[in-house]
Amino acid sequence: MTAALQLRHLHKTYDNGFVALKGIDLRVEQGDFFALLGPNGAGKSTTIGIICSLVRKSRGQVQVFGDDLDRDPAATKSHIGLVPQEFNFNVFEPVEEILINQAGYYGISRRVARPRAAELLRQLGLWDKRRQMARDLSGGMKRRLMIARSLMHSPRLLILDEPTAGVDIEIRHSMWQFLTEINQAGTTIILTTHYLEEAERLCRNIAIIDHGRIIERASIKELLGRLQVETFVLDLARPLAQCPAIPGYVLRLRDPHTLEVDIDKQRSVNDFFAQLSQRGIEVLSLGNKANRLEELFLRLVEQNKS
Amino acid sequence: MSLREQYIAFQTILIKEILRFVRIWIQTLVPPAVTTALYFIVFGSLIGSQIGDMDGVAYIDYIVPGLILMAIITHVYGNVVASFFSAKFQKNIEEMLVSPMPNYIILLGYVAGGVARGLAVGLIVVVIALFFTELRVYHWGITLSIMLLTSVLFSLGGFINAAYARNFEDISIVPNFVLTPLTYLGGIFYTIKMLPEFWQTVSLANPILYMINAFRYGMLGVSDIDVGVAFALTLAVTAGLFVWALRLLDRGISISH
Ligand SMILES: Nc1ncnc2c1ncn2[C@@H]1O[C@H](COP(=O)(O)OP(=O)(O)O)[C@@H](O)[C@H]1O
Ligand SMILES: [Mg+2]
Repeated sequence: MTAALQLRHLHKTYDNGFVALKGIDLRVEQGDFFALLGPNGAGKSTTIGIICSLVRKSRGQVQVFGDDLDRDPAATKSHIGLVPQEFNFNVFEPVEEILINQAGYYGISRRVARPRAAELLRQLGLWDKRRQMARDLSGGMKRRLMIARSLMHSPRLLILDEPTAGVDIEIRHSMWQFLTEINQAGTTIILTTHYLEEAERLCRNIAIIDHGRIIERASIKELLGRLQVETFVLDLARPLAQCPAIPGYVLRLRDPHTLEVDIDKQRSVNDFFAQLSQRGIEVLSLGNKANRLEELFLRLVEQNKS
Repeated sequence: MSLREQYIAFQTILIKEILRFVRIWIQTLVPPAVTTALYFIVFGSLIGSQIGDMDGVAYIDYIVPGLILMAIITHVYGNVVASFFSAKFQKNIEEMLVSPMPNYIILLGYVAGGVARGLAVGLIVVVIALFFTELRVYHWGITLSIMLLTSVLFSLGGFINAAYARNFEDISIVPNFVLTPLTYLGGIFYTIKMLPEFWQTVSLANPILYMINAFRYGMLGVSDIDVGVAFALTLAVTAGLFVWALRLLDRGISISH
């Protein structure tokens, strides 16, 4: 099946010389609920900007449902609905007009757009506000207005850039609920976030981006599994000829004096050392292997706190 | 996009643009009425009665075409420059940029919006004029087509100004320091035959002079300029501005590079 989104070797150097993307390859399957996770400045918005024609790419290829952005921009654009990171509607326009105009830009007549707008306004709790100017809405309502706007042309791929930043808990949960429903109804969704919890609650698959590179691409389950393990590096007193087998542990012999072991964070390390003693393996020193993923998450967690 | 879809997209921008200036009518439609009424009172009735005829026409009648066209020029330009710059500034231009509509539809939409504002203002000024004098139209075809062409030209000008503008100052420089002087020196209030030869020649470098004279010819049948030349010039400038504006859009307005 064609992918909902296929990025190949995407590079971006901004005019000021800053290299924001260093070769992004990414495939998102149809029907997926996908998270692009990464700290501030990682290149999430740049990637999305390129997909949605708001940022010029330097190199690489973008395909959406098989349509190529360079060869058929109109077809590519018509597949996508975008909820950008920053509010970008005309604050002096009434809510309902914003939706109907957006449909119009996609070639949908007012007659067709009106009931569609009414439906979305009701679903997103904005019906009472339909005649108000957008500037009179609260932050959470503005965010929902942008979600409604992005869905006016019934896109097959919905992209949301940090949709819940600055939205309070209650509204965040109702937005999650809404997104889950439209995903179940068949819309492929990609969202960027720096909340691991959000990705965990909503998404099936995930890519982690940092400094303009994808550093992980996995299902949420795998990824969380991988975060559960810690890797220790052991310096051995006497060389080993082959890697010992200890039931319940994954071991690797890097060289005759260096042994690596993955241990589940929930488990005590005492048991492991007891097993080593039984086999007469003496450990001189113990190191904790730096885990890039782990480091990244620590940074994310720090950032979420501040 | 199919032709029908493109038409819907065009119509959407046009309606949005009309609603914009109608919604803020106190800022957009009342001022031209007030300004024109003042011109008619001061120049037409009070001073005009002292002046007598100009180019064989009663002075108040002589200035009517210029005043109409001046109001149209000012407001058409102001409409597009303000609306399109605000779309850039508030980033709601992105609503259009992510959509599949081609760039020329965006351009045509804004131009049509400007023309609509021009027609509305023109109508208001005509109504005001009727309080002071009788309206004459010597040649409807010339009158309407030069009015339309002038509106398109200055819509494009406003669009290009907004495309380059980085702040609010940038959108007021051209109207204040270029358009206003050129309009006042464009022969609204006098025939250039009154000027010394040197200044007559200098005046011919002012494109607005051609439009005002062609428009005056349409209404009164008198002009300092050959109407054919005026049409050719206006048409050529309009075409040039259209190509320029479209190039800017294709190069990417409000798209990060
Ligand atoms: N228009 C621009 N010109 C130059 N640098 C930019 C521009 N936009 C973003 N950047 C830089 O590119 C990097 C990635 O930004 P962005 O894609 O917005 O990150 P994220 O969305 O992951 O926080 C940042 O360092 C940012 O400062
Ligand atoms: Mg971002």
